[in-house]
Amino acid sequence: MTVPEIGAPRRRTEDTRLLTGRTRWTENLTPAGTLHMAFLRSPHAHAKLTRVDTSQAATHPGVVAVFSGADLADEQGSLPCAWIVTDDMKHPDHPPMGVHEVRYVGEPVACVVARDRYTAVDALEKIDVDYEPLPAVVDMEAAVAEGADLVHHDLGTNKSYTWVYENGDVEAALRDAPVVIEREYVQQRLIPSAMEPRSVLCVPEGDEFTLYSATQIPHILRLMLAVVTGIAEHRLRVVAPDVGGGFGSKLQVYGEEVIALLLARRLGRPVKWTETRSEGNMTVHHGRDQIQRLTLAAERDGRIRGLKVDLLADMGAYLMIVTPGIPLLGAFMFNGIYKMDAYSFTCTGVFTTKTPTDAYRGAGRPEATYAIERLMDELANELGIDPIEVRRRNWIAHEEFPYETIAGLTYDSGNYEAATDKALELFEYDKLRAEQADRRDRRDPVQLGIGVSTFTEMCGLAPSRVLGSLSYGAGGWEHASVRVLPTGKVEVITGSSPHGQGHETAWAQIAADRLGVPFEDVRVLHGDTVIAPKGMDTYGSRSLAVGGVALSAACGKVVEKARTVAAHLLEAAEQDLEFRDGRFSVRGVHEEGTTLQEVAQAAFTAHDLPDGLEPSLDADATFDPDNFSFPHGTHLCAAEVDTETGMVKLRKYVAVDDVGKVVNPLIVEGQVHGGLAQGIAQALFEEAVYDADGNLTTTTLADYLVPSAADLPTFTTDRTETPATSNPLGVKGVGEAGTIASTPAVVNAIVDALRPHGVRDVPMPCTPERVWRALRGEAGAR
Amino acid sequence: MIPATFDYTRPASVDDAVRALSDAGEDAKLLAGGQSLMPLLRLRLAFPDALIDLGRVDALREIRDEGDTLLVGAMATHHQVIRDPLVRAHLPLLARAAETVADPAVRHRGTFGGSLVHADPAGDLPAVALALDAVFLVRSVRGEREIRASEFFVDWMTSAMEPDELLVGVRMPKLGSGWGVHYEKFHRTAQAWAIVGVACAVRRDGDVVEDARVALTNMGPVPVRAGGVENAVRGRPVSEGTFRSAAEHATEGTEPPSDLHGSAEYRSHLATVLTARALTACTA
Repeated sequence: MTVPEIGAPRRRTEDTRLLTGRTRWTENLTPAGTLHMAFLRSPHAHAKLTRVDTSQAATHPGVVAVFSGADLADEQGSLPCAWIVTDDMKHPDHPPMGVHEVRYVGEPVACVVARDRYTAVDALEKIDVDYEPLPAVVDMEAAVAEGADLVHHDLGTNKSYTWVYENGDVEAALRDAPVVIEREYVQQRLIPSAMEPRSVLCVPEGDEFTLYSATQIPHILRLMLAVVTGIAEHRLRVVAPDVGGGFGSKLQVYGEEVIALLLARRLGRPVKWTETRSEGNMTVHHGRDQIQRLTLAAERDGRIRGLKVDLLADMGAYLMIVTPGIPLLGAFMFNGIYKMDAYSFTCTGVFTTKTPTDAYRGAGRPEATYAIERLMDELANELGIDPIEVRRRNWIAHEEFPYETIAGLTYDSGNYEAATDKALELFEYDKLRAEQADRRDRRDPVQLGIGVSTFTEMCGLAPSRVLGSLSYGAGGWEHASVRVLPTGKVEVITGSSPHGQGHETAWAQIAADRLGVPFEDVRVLHGDTVIAPKGMDTYGSRSLAVGGVALSAACGKVVEKARTVAAHLLEAAEQDLEFRDGRFSVRGVHEEGTTLQEVAQAAFTAHDLPDGLEPSLDADATFDPDNFSFPHGTHLCAAEVDTETGMVKLRKYVAVDDVGKVVNPLIVEGQVHGGLAQGIAQALFEEAVYDADGNLTTTTLADYLVPSAADLPTFTTDRTETPATSNPLGVKGVGEAGTIASTPAVVNAIVDALRPHGVRDVPMPCTPERVWRALRGEAGAR
Repeated sequence: MIPATFDYTRPASVDDAVRALSDAGEDAKLLAGGQSLMPLLRLRLAFPDALIDLGRVDALREIRDEGDTLLVGAMATHHQVIRDPLVRAHLPLLARAAETVADPAVRHRGTFGGSLVHADPAGDLPAVALALDAVFLVRSVRGEREIRASEFFVDWMTSAMEPDELLVGVRMPKLGSGWGVHYEKFHRTAQAWAIVGVACAVRRDGDVVEDARVALTNMGPVPVRAGGVENAVRGRPVSEGTFRSAAEHATEGTEPPSDLHGSAEYRSHLATVLTARALTACTA
């Protein structure tokens, strides 16, 4: 091979079909005889269902059947929560369709099944529902106050759980500390906004069912559907065809998926549903939504003594698949890249009458990173030290790895100095600081601010034993199979189910590299529980660091089996063979050899194999990591803030990421760009807004502002490469890095611009009006 | 898109279109570029019995030089307006404002007339029509009439047109020489509606402001002509001081809304700041 496959910036082979949409989106699949579902959804944040009359809708022409929650009460079960974070966690029933009560706007109360989608939606208007409104519970602080209205009356409280982690004596660290920074930050609620809406199609075949869904988790979904409905797992096949993004929102077991399965069983015909955007904004699980009370204690020289974190985390109305665990993923990250002597973390999960929350790109880690990186800037300001310098004084030095953090993780590798030095150089930090000073002197109405974010995150979810210790209901391993076909072509099967990450390209690169076959000779199969029977799916930047490692191991097994066959064919000893560029040859006698293709052919015909060797050339491997991986990086943002209007314009953004070894730098850069866009969106644009009655007011993309390329600066991206030592490929993961790093970088830049005006915080998203109000000494500025 | 059912016709002439509109009764809707109507249908916020698609009425797409005025056909797309040499030469403010409408896809489908008839005060073009003293030519089976821009916008998303009337085109006096123009649009993302917009044209005679036209987007249920600002700059020296003090009049007669993107108080502040900037830009 002339060019090594691992590290090659290959264009993604799947993109032609993904970008044109001429592919197997679930919505593009409509078998003959398919019926279409439409859901009637609660217009109330909280109400008793006193009557659901479906009789008129049932007689609407073209309607096949109408079901209320009560009609399915005996079979619909309760949507699962797989993460019971404390023994006494309050965990309410969550019927896929409301039976007695509804607890958020958009919760399904009835379902029409019709011959076409238009008819199904028309008939919704003929369903008559009597709601007896109950008090909405919108505000988390009010929800945990004495005498609050309750979301779940029978639980007697709106607190689902309180989870505590402590290491060292935080109270002692705070006591008499020379510097104490106390802040409250709000992580606003976000809507994941995947490009492809949710979509599900269930096809019955006798007593077996194939469920197609726009999901990130076909394997987990199959298991959970079996548990919820009682349909035997081996009678269920789940297919995630091409899936158009998820950002965590499709890491879920949704009520509509359960209902599709139940109705396909009842009606004996394929049943399908695809959400509209506004339906999705109300009902796809939301992300973030925390109130963070933070206390950081430090010495006069800037060294951190300790950190105390007290969170309220909005669960929404119900606990979904990993809802309660999301803020706890942050528990291990509030300390960031810094050394400290004491740390305490307390999180209370709170029920409100809002859409349930769950994983959203970064899942707990962006919230934590935001808090510590904002605090580090506040500390720098308090001490009059440059924000880079205060970080240097606290971060783990590169020679100190592996390093056990105050949060109990062992960071295997990292080089914060290298990434920061590179970022500072690309950013022209000193030059921009000079410009900032000049604008301040001139009292320019447009002020310049510089924001720093030196972040890390935990990726490669996850060591199964760690998940077990956190009471999570499953493991964190991943599986891969490699089949070398008789013609020498290769099929790779991965249990990590992509929804836009580019697995088909990256996995083919790994296999081509390990097997010495042309990239074009590898096909990657995924996302179907029949084709890829074992897997833990895609989330938490885990695919490469867990699934990629499994693939590499499976390739290694194939090569070892091939070596045995080749030795037999060449009448040589195995240890005398070398394997290069897809060919075995006798060491020192290069002309005597056999290719992997010839070996595969021999293994297929099995006419002449060594005694006891099984025919065919293939192998499986499952990898369960010993540790997480810890990508890190330094992001620098320059923001121009118009002090007359409050408008923020990002002038420059430099992202230097260390994601370890890179398989495909083009894919890595794409992930960084997309991640930055999403993290910047939290800082500047996006917010799911509920009114006092619990109505979501951001149901369309006109109100929920997702930025486009036109709203973002040109990103300067670069990398340092410190291999992970926790996996044999040295890879770390990149799917969430940009999102985690960028939000604090942007807000730090805005606050930095406005410090001379007495501003020390602007609540997110930093809308022009909020910036303007902060400048006037209102909200956020004290 | 899952609209309720409706009848659909696609006439090929203006006469056929107005007849179809008359025949279809009060619950019919004319479909132009569909950039406002389609979302309303999709969200089931509008339930017309019939849609009359103007897509084949090519006569409505024409942009014509009438001597002292230009007539812009109602079905001219934003893209067409932006590129049109007559518009660029004689009504550059219109071209500038049209460039800020939404995104390229919308500008290729959306029409000049459609966005005016929609009468959304957050739309960019109503304020421009007001600033340019536009006259709206509307036709029905009962005949044709003209409506001045100052009388066209009646209330939030409500124009002075009757349900059986079709907008044929909009006549606007050419600005003539010596005018500088600017559309100052303030919005949070490139594709978002204006929180506040200022359509502005200033004619200067040496160092003195000879005349000015100023109209505001999204500062009330209808676009607002800022007459107080215009009066305050006429005959005054071209200077930042003139513009800043004149801009203090920008909020006169406005009733700004409060919504997710900005409170009324903030919009009033913005109107003042942006008006001063727009005046400055026109004379730069």
